Amino acid sequence: MKPAQFDYFAPAKIRDALALLEEYKDEAKILAGGQSLMPLLNMRLARPRALIDINRITSHSYIRRENSVLAIGALTRHREIETSPLVRQKCPVLAEAVRWIGYPQIRNRGTMGGSLAHAHPAAELPAVVTALRGELRVIGPAGERTVKAEEFFQGFFTVALEPNEILSEVRLALWPKNAGFSFKEINRRHGDFAIAGVAALISLNERKECAESSIVLAGVNPTPLRAKRSEKLLKGRKITRDIIETAAALAAEDSDPPSDVHGSADYRRELVKVIVRRALEEAGARAMQNEK
Amino acid sequence: MARMYPIKLTVNGIEYERTVEARKLLADFLRDDLELTGTHVGCEHGACGACTVIMNGQTAQSCLMLAVQADGAEILTVEGLADGAGLHPIQQAFLDCHALQCGFCTPGVLLSAHALLQENSHPTEEEIRQGISGHICRCTGYVNIVKAIQAAAEKTAVAPLNAK
Ligand SMILES: Cc1cc2nc3c(=O)[nH]c(=O)nc-3n(C[C@H](O)[C@H](O)[C@H](O)COP(=O)(O)OP(=O)(O)OC[C@H]3O[C@@H](n4cnc5c(N)ncnc54)[C@H](O)[C@@H]3O)c2cc1C
Ligand code: FES
Ligand code: FES
Repeated sequence: MKPAQFDYFAPAKIRDALALLEEYKDEAKILAGGQSLMPLLNMRLARPRALIDINRITSHSYIRRENSVLAIGALTRHREIETSPLVRQKCPVLAEAVRWIGYPQIRNRGTMGGSLAHAHPAAELPAVVTALRGELRVIGPAGERTVKAEEFFQGFFTVALEPNEILSEVRLALWPKNAGFSFKEINRRHGDFAIAGVAALISLNERKECAESSIVLAGVNPTPLRAKRSEKLLKGRKITRDIIETAAALAAEDSDPPSDVHGSADYRRELVKVIVRRALEEAGARAMQNEK
Repeated sequence: MARMYPIKLTVNGIEYERTVEARKLLADFLRDDLELTGTHVGCEHGACGACTVIMNGQTAQSCLMLAVQADGAEILTVEGLADGAGLHPIQQAFLDCHALQCGFCTPGVLLSAHALLQENSHPTEEEIRQGISGHICRCTGYVNIVKAIQAAAEKTAVAPLNAK
């Protein structure tokens, strides 16, 4: 099918985009990479009166290090993140996760901001940004505000964005250099949305016990799911096989996966156990390696 | 009457100026307005890769872009690969290796292969498979496509980009 009619604007400044949003209110849609919105327009599942294309706002495409934070502009394409030496060096879990998004064509166009605003329950970036305790910068008519990732993702395809607001930047806290990370996902084909996925980070204290960990699941809950009981269990403990098994079982218990054509809820819960185990083994081993 | 938007873009080295409705997909613009029907349309939701073109040096699915968005862009479609009557080395390799049957997926796969070899002149089999992962081919089973891209890589360590 083909999109229904709409008015089209391609402002070069975020200010002009905000003014258009004010004018059209919830009858407008922002167009970023289009890799989620265009299919919806083509299938007429979305029929906005105005489309505000933000691709000409080049000021919002960047990856910068600001002390202990990695700041990424909302219009930064998946491909730029995938190939950025800075990301690979300072935030390898993000570099690893982004490779799992779709195919080369999708990654060439799709953006960080679009992926977070769209908030597909199985998407990689919302999970990783939550795992890195990310903060999202949002611009609206009243100015700028910052939302924690955990509060940004509110429900199934629902985020803390008003119709007159634009997501402008994501800020990721960098983990210590010796932290171990892992990103695992299971799908039928590389490039499909995850049936279940997990981002994990572990840092160790001087006794080689877990100082801090972060475990966030994708695809098994309406929003990215922080496995808080597993994180709590690891804290202050040695990363042994038994602890990992228990942490993985807790994460499986805490997930609330859907049943669909890709797998039943029980199957997904079983996958969670497997991938969390693998992720913690890998993140733990990497952290130990880094300690040497 | 729907509002019309003027656009100016370069396709296969030729500059075009046209006016389009905002909702016109780039794929439909190429096929219907420019009569470049080598760009195929399969799924219209980004899943099959048949509509892949190269825009400003990178592959993009032309069913997930509006023609208005291509204003100012440089686009390469399958028609721009061959230089006159001679096939492009990647096209020749597809012919030699029997890498197509019905040919519906072929224009898109050729462009992804081209983009891949521009970036990485000696890809591994795994890299080739990743490079064409955005394409569905219902005929070949991909084996001969991978072989053809390997053959093309061997022959043309540096294939020139034909979009002038
Ligand atoms: C075949 C296919 C496979 C895919 N596979 C995956 C996958 O495996 N994993 C995955 O995570 N994704 C996948 N995607 C989706 C892809 O990652 C998209 O890039 C992403 O979901 C949306 O980003 P976008 O920039 O394309 O946003 P768009 O499609 O342009 O927009 C998506 C939504 O976000 C809103 N929006 C965009 N930017 C902003 C902003 N700055 N502020 C406020 N609102 C905004 C839009 O209004 C729209 O509602 C796939 C897509 C396709 C077509
Ligand atoms: S027609 Fe564009 S990806 Fe299928
Ligand atoms: S050759 Fe028929 S779909 Fe690929």
